[in-house]
Amino acid sequence: MLRIHCPYCCEDRAEEEFVYAGEAGITRPLAPEQLDDAAWGDYLFFRTNPRGAHQEMWFHASGCRRYFKVLRDTVTYALAASCRMDESLPLPAVDVLP
Amino acid sequence: MNQVHRLEQGGRIDRTRQLRFVFANQALEGHPGDTLASALLANGVRIVGRSFKYRRPRGIVAAGMEEPNALVQLGAGAATVPNILATQAELYDGLLARPVTGWPSARLDLLSVISAFGPLLPPGFYNKTFMWPRHGWRFYERFIRAMAGFGKAPREADPDVYVKLNHHCDVLIVGAGPAGIAAALSAMRAGARILLLDEQAEAGGSLLGESGSVDGRPVAEWLSNALAQLQGSDRVTLLTRTTAFGYYDHNFVAALERRSDHLGLVATTGARQILHRIHAGRVILATGAFERLPVFANNDRPGVMLASAVSTYIHRYAVVPGRRLVLFATADRAYQTAIDWLDAGREVIAIVDPRPAAAPLAGGMENRLLDVLARRNVQLLRGHVVTEVLGRDRVRGVRIAPVSDDFRALGGRARDLPCDVLAASSGWSPVIHLSCHTGGRPRWDAGKLAFLPAARPDCLTAGAVNAIWERQACVEDGYRAGETAVARVGEQETAAARVGEQETAAARVPRVTLANATASTSVEAAPEQAALFLVPHRLPVSRAPAQFVDFQNDVTAAAIRLAVREGYESIEHVKRYTALGFGTDQGKLGNINGVALLAEALGKSIAETGTTMFRPAYTPVAFGALAGRDVGALFDPERVTPLHDWHLEQGAVFENVGQWTRPWYYPRAGESLDDAVHRECLAVRRGVGLLDASTLGKIDVQGPDAGEFLDRIYTNRLSNLGIGRCRYAMLLKEDGMVFDDGVVARIGQNRYLATTTTGGAAAVLRWMELWLQTEWPDLRVWLTSVTDQWATIVVTGPDSRQVLSRLCQDTALDRDAFPFMTWRSGTVAGVSARIMRISFTGELSFEINVPAEQARTVWEACYEAGRAFDITPYGTETMHVLRAEKGFVIIGQDTDGSVTPIDLGMPWILNQRKPFSFPGKRSLARSDTSRPDRKQWVGLLTVDPAKRLPEGGQLVDAPDGEPPVTMLGHVTSSYLSPVLGRTIALGFVTSGHQRLGETVYCRTANGEAIPVTVAPTVFFDPEGERQNV
Ligand SMILES: [Zn+2]
Repeated sequence: MLRIHCPYCCEDRAEEEFVYAGEAGITRPLAPEQLDDAAWGDYLFFRTNPRGAHQEMWFHASGCRRYFKVLRDTVTYALAASCRMDESLPLPAVDVLP
Repeated sequence: MNQVHRLEQGGRIDRTRQLRFVFANQALEGHPGDTLASALLANGVRIVGRSFKYRRPRGIVAAGMEEPNALVQLGAGAATVPNILATQAELYDGLLARPVTGWPSARLDLLSVISAFGPLLPPGFYNKTFMWPRHGWRFYERFIRAMAGFGKAPREADPDVYVKLNHHCDVLIVGAGPAGIAAALSAMRAGARILLLDEQAEAGGSLLGESGSVDGRPVAEWLSNALAQLQGSDRVTLLTRTTAFGYYDHNFVAALERRSDHLGLVATTGARQILHRIHAGRVILATGAFERLPVFANNDRPGVMLASAVSTYIHRYAVVPGRRLVLFATADRAYQTAIDWLDAGREVIAIVDPRPAAAPLAGGMENRLLDVLARRNVQLLRGHVVTEVLGRDRVRGVRIAPVSDDFRALGGRARDLPCDVLAASSGWSPVIHLSCHTGGRPRWDAGKLAFLPAARPDCLTAGAVNAIWERQACVEDGYRAGETAVARVGEQETAAARVGEQETAAARVPRVTLANATASTSVEAAPEQAALFLVPHRLPVSRAPAQFVDFQNDVTAAAIRLAVREGYESIEHVKRYTALGFGTDQGKLGNINGVALLAEALGKSIAETGTTMFRPAYTPVAFGALAGRDVGALFDPERVTPLHDWHLEQGAVFENVGQWTRPWYYPRAGESLDDAVHRECLAVRRGVGLLDASTLGKIDVQGPDAGEFLDRIYTNRLSNLGIGRCRYAMLLKEDGMVFDDGVVARIGQNRYLATTTTGGAAAVLRWMELWLQTEWPDLRVWLTSVTDQWATIVVTGPDSRQVLSRLCQDTALDRDAFPFMTWRSGTVAGVSARIMRISFTGELSFEINVPAEQARTVWEACYEAGRAFDITPYGTETMHVLRAEKGFVIIGQDTDGSVTPIDLGMPWILNQRKPFSFPGKRSLARSDTSRPDRKQWVGLLTVDPAKRLPEGGQLVDAPDGEPPVTMLGHVTSSYLSPVLGRTIALGFVTSGHQRLGETVYCRTANGEAIPVTVAPTVFFDPEGERQNV
């Protein structure tokens, strides 16, 4: 059971209030029609899936209904930071792997 | 039978009251304060069950959670509970228990024969025997299942109620023994909000079964004083009979409180059990340790007990489980059991200790113990081991022999000692289970002969779980843990810097270690402990009498050796091959012995071999407790429309559509589903029908950029929709696949109403919010779900205009004033409404949207006004048939997330001229989505018009041919169409749009091959003339 900090509600809330919304920082190409299939497929299907620090989006579905960004460690599940969509997550200063 | 082993005085029991209970059809008595186990021992009951595989008689070994044998089934009927530990079951009047292993019964005799064939049941027996012959398992299965059961689950519904309770605390302390209580005291003084849990009926842990002192005061006095302080604080909550069984991420701990299990089988008031869901700032695990039993021949005979358990039964329950004791101990600490036995007025035959006779006495030995033993003429046999227990159904004596200094070989002559109880101890294993639940890897401490819990900044450990064995040192460790936990809670973290802080906090505050804890006390160094796991026998392990490691699963030392010989090296593999630690006890008693034996057989160290991972649940938890109140009607929210009561009154039959309960059809007397649907369909086609469509999702879209937003997110253009007009619209996912559809109506310059499918409403709103918030935050658009605020009443059929004309005074309903695909605001039966001329039936239709609270007024007015036209309410089944006749797709029934609008034959829904590349547009041009041989949606007409295709039926090219054959596609919708007088179906066929008129076959499971003609999707009124009148 994760405790997730919502940067809009400014509180730690229970995981049950949230919906995971995929990797954060996936930029939609501005001109999709100008991309070849490989480039478009890269945007569409490929994700980093790291072991360790992972930037992801969460949605406060049973709360303020805002999407926001979270830095989560996929090994320890530690949530290092969360921020609004227009803010940047701090990159982990050190390798957070045990 | 009277309580032959009960002492005249002492113990924490109430001798003034008798509790009657029945065990295995035997009527017995005990006292309040007893557990079932202590009462059985008091009554001289030796055998409490038969072992799982070899059917060997088994007795009570332990006094707590680690007991492997005394598993009972409590009660009978709906409330019966399997697999309860007799050591954990508090006695109450009328308790009814029986062993879970089908005993006593005639079957016992049959199965006990297996005992004689023990060597035929080696590890991997199941794999080896049942892999061959191929169908052998089918033959063996029922015998194996019948004999292997641990208890029986009730077949009836659980009569009890269970609830869940959430907690938020600064510090959660698991275990109210000396360390846990000390931690609570120091954390309380520092001002923290504390939750303190203990699985037993009383707090105190080991203190309840011990004499001696803490902080210079007698144990009992210190305990009662500490508990009084804790209970007097409004910041401390103490829960007893509460077991923390799962430790999850972010310091979330699940604990089960047994509220009424000690009073009877069914709770007389309130909930039987409470599942506590605890969110803790810091967790302190003060879970203690389990004593180990050495592995020697016939170490499972009833009467072999853990040394500490013997002391506990004497002190806490005033039960001495025998007359003559031999104590087999590998550390001085365990000698106390001999003193306790003597103090109880019984005879100690000898203390057998493998440590060399020449070795100096360990520093931990309290001289008092030695003096007492010497004074009472107890023989102390150093350099000896117990190699074997004598006696078949109970301990009748032990065989001892001198042992070499490294404990690996016997030397000298063996001799036998008479006794009826053998108390044994080969050290202690910290209860590290919870610390492993979130992935922490325990580490082996070769000095302490124990696995220690992994360190974590938000989880501390205190007391015996840190392999601190001395009582005062445990208390000191607890004080320290309590202070440290509060200090860490005080370090307020900001979310943005949490990782960094945790790391520095971990570096700054050293984990409480044994060295720190003992250094701070004046107590003597930890006593020496012999590293003895497997006791040598004069015969090799493979031929010696069984030396048990795991009692519950009958895993022997020989089995582990065999597994290694057969090539197993990983502890996780050996565990699965031998079933070591697979029982309900999860190897609490035998795991470390198993690891040690495996390490020895592999020639590795224990540290290299490692331990198996412990996972939740620490102890078995009833399904009822996990479900809580989320059962029956509360299992999932049930949504009903504001017209639900009317449907009930009309005798509608309902179906579930997601969380919604919708009328399926309205049968008249004697009608079947098909009869009712036939009547309802024809009523709509020939007269007028009435449908409750309130479940349709509705999203109010407002703002200056609403039009631009809808243009971007839908496949077609909506900004050019005139006010008062409606348009069918579709949503794709970014991969080009159809996601949802609905009608968008323009309400005003900056306002639209978008409808969604019944099941897709929540997902569509979330989808729109995603794009607005992450890609287009500059758009000034606000979204509001209004699904529940508006009811939708559909009046449809050739007579619908006439019905409505009786109810609408202020709205012109004729075709020119109110054309198809427009909406008007007006009153219906005096209620303000939005009336939409859209149609899901293909007939002239009016969809009346009114505020939910006025839905019934309007509905009943429509029904009354329609009587002259025999207006017919219809349900979802008729709705499906009518739309299928028209070839209207239902997202989620005809589509499955792999279908594009092109596949559906709806390229017109894609506006290619819009400047913005709407979600999914680019993907439609991908090589895979644009290839011509995709499965395409078509109509399917059986050659025999009476034959109805099965939905999901697979379509192939030829009527015959051995599987596997190439699948062309499948049937997605199939109905009997009353207006067409034949069956119709919709489905996918490879390149179907090019195959109109061709014949394919639906091959069914029973071997039929139904010929089908591929047809256009629209079966009825292909020009759409009926809706546009
Ligand atoms: Zn929020």
